[in-house]
Amino acid sequence: MANWFIQASYFIVAVVFILGLKAMSSPVTARKGIVWAGYAMVAATVVTFFMPDLHNVGLMVLAIVSGGAVAWWSGKTVKMTDMPQMVAIYNGMGGGAAAAIAALEFARGEINDPVVATLAVLGALIGSVAFSGSCIAYAKLQGIMKNAFRLPNQNLVNIGLAVLTAVLGLAIIVADAPSSTLIVLFFVLALALGAILTSPIGGADMPVVISLLNAFTGLAVGFEGYVLGNPALIVAGIVVGASGTLLTQLMAKAMNRPITNVIFTPLSGGAAGGEGEAIEGTMKEFSALDAASVMRYASKVAIVPGYGMAVAGAQHKVWEMAQLLEEGGVEVVFAIHPVAGRMPGHMNVLLAEAGVPYDKIFDLEEINADFPQIDVALVIGANDVVNPVARTDKTSPIYGMPILNVDMAQNVIVVKRGKGAGYSGIENALFYKDNCRMLYGSAQEAIAQVITHVKALES
Amino acid sequence: MEGYAALYIFMLAAFTGYEVISRVPVILHTPLMSGSNFVHGVVLVGAMVVLGHADPEEPVQLVIGFVAVFLGAANAAGGYVVTERMLAMFKGGNKKEGGA
Repeated sequence: MANWFIQASYFIVAVVFILGLKAMSSPVTARKGIVWAGYAMVAATVVTFFMPDLHNVGLMVLAIVSGGAVAWWSGKTVKMTDMPQMVAIYNGMGGGAAAAIAALEFARGEINDPVVATLAVLGALIGSVAFSGSCIAYAKLQGIMKNAFRLPNQNLVNIGLAVLTAVLGLAIIVADAPSSTLIVLFFVLALALGAILTSPIGGADMPVVISLLNAFTGLAVGFEGYVLGNPALIVAGIVVGASGTLLTQLMAKAMNRPITNVIFTPLSGGAAGGEGEAIEGTMKEFSALDAASVMRYASKVAIVPGYGMAVAGAQHKVWEMAQLLEEGGVEVVFAIHPVAGRMPGHMNVLLAEAGVPYDKIFDLEEINADFPQIDVALVIGANDVVNPVARTDKTSPIYGMPILNVDMAQNVIVVKRGKGAGYSGIENALFYKDNCRMLYGSAQEAIAQVITHVKALES
Repeated sequence: MEGYAALYIFMLAAFTGYEVISRVPVILHTPLMSGSNFVHGVVLVGAMVVLGHADPEEPVQLVIGFVAVFLGAANAAGGYVVTERMLAMFKGGNKKEGGA
């Protein structure tokens, strides 16, 4: 096939990728967007087979089929709640691929130009960090790695390792023919850097990190695209790098955690910002029957779901309860914190899966002013995102984080497994408020009981 | 490629990326991150090119090239499936007024 045809195809592919991303930023066209991008990817792959002087085609097909099949199968079978770690691991693989491209180009000794060498090294560094960092992120979200692992003088170690890696990278750039020992050492250090940067970061900050690593992979792909002289890679990579950076900023803003804080002062227990002020009052328990009657005779109920609801798989039950209440004339809405679930928008996906229509789902900005007019706020498996200390206690590590003001509702019912603190380990002042009642139990069982009682009230 | 032309491509692509998603509603943040994760799966093409140019007599090159293509293909395939599954939820749903 003629070279011009291949180049023209790459050009069209790059255009379709951008249009696809554009389409994916609106709910109406989102599905079309990914399908277009999918066709573009297939076209790019097929066209590449027709490049002149391509060897090892058998091995190539084997790699595509095996890698594609493993990922396709795992992506099809994974539960919706586990999506974030799958995004993390696929992203890491992309970063690894970019790093491997650089490694192979160095192994072939094809890189002579200093500009090309610089971008190859940068891409290799960023890609390796994205790879090992994403693997750690996956392990944490999947529960393989339970504890945040923090070295003494972590920040010093980070900086030292980063400098050492950079020096080795520089040595590769200036060397006429870098030795394989040097190259191997550089990759080992770059991989270690990614792992060490990510491992102390707590679960609550994980979405920001995954998004950041996603942007990293984009950049790495863009840089390796320059090394290979492939504009499709450059455009797709850099577009993702830039949009990923913006997305990371949006997420960090939603959590009031500047990206530098996420990386350099990880939130862990109360240690990050002191213990906070003492909280007064007691937690007051509520039975499922009480909860059912309060909600059944309310005029407006706001359901505030958190990750606890999603892991319990209770979203279908919750929607069943909401429908039951609506049949009784109660207005039911869902209030979603930007970082409810594990990533911004994750909770919306989970609720959509359960069949909740979009017009019942409200963002923080849309609903926060309405809480005083809401009779019952039902908090299910959410904790830090409804903790009023974020508004009131300047010494709290989460001070300043935007929260859902559920404490301003007439009544608050919190469905919670036990009396422990939230993901960040911070005590929740909401639970001690006079208008708050605790309904203990797993979300699934508690809501099932409430449903039974609501039905009993009807008859 | 000409150094400066590439620099302009980098610059324009960066602005495009920033602009393209600047008005995305929160509900689409996760699917969009996943979608952009799929798009950088185009690294597969680069991996295919380097494996295709690797020396068939050099096992080390073949192994690295194989790993690159394997990882790139996994990035693309996995990224697509996961994004498609998330966005399938938006099919037939009532679109929300205001797009917020």
